[in-house]
Amino acid sequence: MDSLDVARIKKDFPILERVVNDKQIVYLDNAATTQKPTSVIEKINDYNRFSHANPHRGAHILSVESTKIYDDAKEKVKSFINAHSTEEIIFTRNTTESLNLIAQSYGREFIEKGDEIVITISSHHSNILPWQRIAKEKDAILKYLYLDKDGRLPMEEVYKKITKKTKLLSIEGMSNVLGTIHPLKEIIKYAHNMGTKVIVDGAQSVPHIKIDVKDLDADFLVFSAHKMLGPMGIGVLYGKKEILESMPPFLLGGDMIEYVSEQDSSFAPLPFKFEAGTQNVEGAAGLLEAINYLENIGIENIKLHEEVLTQYTLEKMMNISYLDIQGPLDMENRGGIISFTIKDVHPHDTATILDSYGIAIRSGHHCAQPLMHYMGVPSTSRVSFYLYNTLEDADKFLYAIKNVRKWLGYGS
Amino acid sequence: MDLNSLYSEIIMEHNRSSHNKGDLENPTVSERGYNPSCGDDLNIEFILEDQMIKDAKFKGYGCAISQASTSIMIDLVKDITIKEALDLADIFLRMIQKDASDEEIEKLEEAIAFQNISNMPARVKCAVLPWHTLKQALKNY
Repeated sequence: MDSLDVARIKKDFPILERVVNDKQIVYLDNAATTQKPTSVIEKINDYNRFSHANPHRGAHILSVESTKIYDDAKEKVKSFINAHSTEEIIFTRNTTESLNLIAQSYGREFIEKGDEIVITISSHHSNILPWQRIAKEKDAILKYLYLDKDGRLPMEEVYKKITKKTKLLSIEGMSNVLGTIHPLKEIIKYAHNMGTKVIVDGAQSVPHIKIDVKDLDADFLVFSAHKMLGPMGIGVLYGKKEILESMPPFLLGGDMIEYVSEQDSSFAPLPFKFEAGTQNVEGAAGLLEAINYLENIGIENIKLHEEVLTQYTLEKMMNISYLDIQGPLDMENRGGIISFTIKDVHPHDTATILDSYGIAIRSGHHCAQPLMHYMGVPSTSRVSFYLYNTLEDADKFLYAIKNVRKWLGYGS
Repeated sequence: MDLNSLYSEIIMEHNRSSHNKGDLENPTVSERGYNPSCGDDLNIEFILEDQMIKDAKFKGYGCAISQASTSIMIDLVKDITIKEALDLADIFLRMIQKDASDEEIEKLEEAIAFQNISNMPARVKCAVLPWHTLKQALKNY
């Protein structure tokens, strides 16, 4: 039934052994951030203990080692997403910074008055605000792709909104609220026929779904290390080489230059043009090891495992009469994120009550206020799975949510 | 902190009660209180006369803690002076920061139920929302 030896995997994650108030932590907030296996923690530790120095500069051994770790991480990311070369891999702080980089560099340079930028109603705020700003600055038009009542994106909506006027489409691979997986390949093909460049926000999809940028033909792909077992503070921007070359630098400063004179400068080649200042080498080390861990298990196996957990949990949740699920109710094009509300109970109370059972979930608007507004709910609770979660975790969660209303004085 | 002390009887009662909910006719002042991080969204209306709070009601959406805190606050501030209400707000906010004397805290009556919330940093903002809203609403009167 299951594709993973989860009992063994769980042992690799020391934080999951924590016991609080006599209850072992059940971590179901993976769409917010994921936990780190010992190998990632040790890799970062080893870097700091033995090899820390400023990369790409010094002639000494520590700098040489630091440079190697940084470059190895880039090589690893390149092969992980199947990019053509490491010139196409830019390290940033996170998905948010990657999207801002594209908006400030590509957007400023190429968006013109009357151009259309299209995003989904299910976008994270980090894929909304940068485009609102560019649209206002350039007198461009920001348009939304709306989801159907099941939380899925119909292709008719894509055909209707993406036109010859659409300069850019920025779309998430998986909704961080609903778990919906969009048919990216089909959408990208259609958008390219209209002359539209496509950004894929892979924050929620890259950690869970095998991605191949050559096959997908995305113009940009952005994601964060901390949602895929890596550390916070390092993220990735992939861009097609010819597009990145056409873009002006985002931040200016050290390490991204070729020659600097008093009044003028020329810039370093890719990818350094977009990596001003000292980079996050320990972050890169952690990301490198995180990808190693994921590849050893196999992303496809992780996805299958999450499907088992999600289907099991969804079916049980659908049988609870006072519970509403936002998003797709079946497993078609759906990942391991379930948003829900409990009748008469505010999601924050749900999260607090679950916390007392040792269960970590998220509640709130999930940085997706336009989507909340569109769905007509102020906020939701969200459970999200990853490779170390078990059916037992799901059962503990299901048991706890059945008790939430009682704690608040409602019958059942 | 265990759930029984968070969701105490008094908080549960006020959460489910609607006696302070609704609209006032011709309110003197109406103030929105909003927690952008969690989406608690309240609107409190006051009728003020001769430096007194004659009536108050609220509408809005939020968790049990914010709803109960608002309802309890309205019970407390009705028929007292604006100055007395602002003093209570000051005591309440200091109680949450563990910076109020027992003597002061006693004045908060039912709102003492929120004293322990200072042990739950994630929920403090829910309890203080109505009091911040009240301060904002009354600052020009």
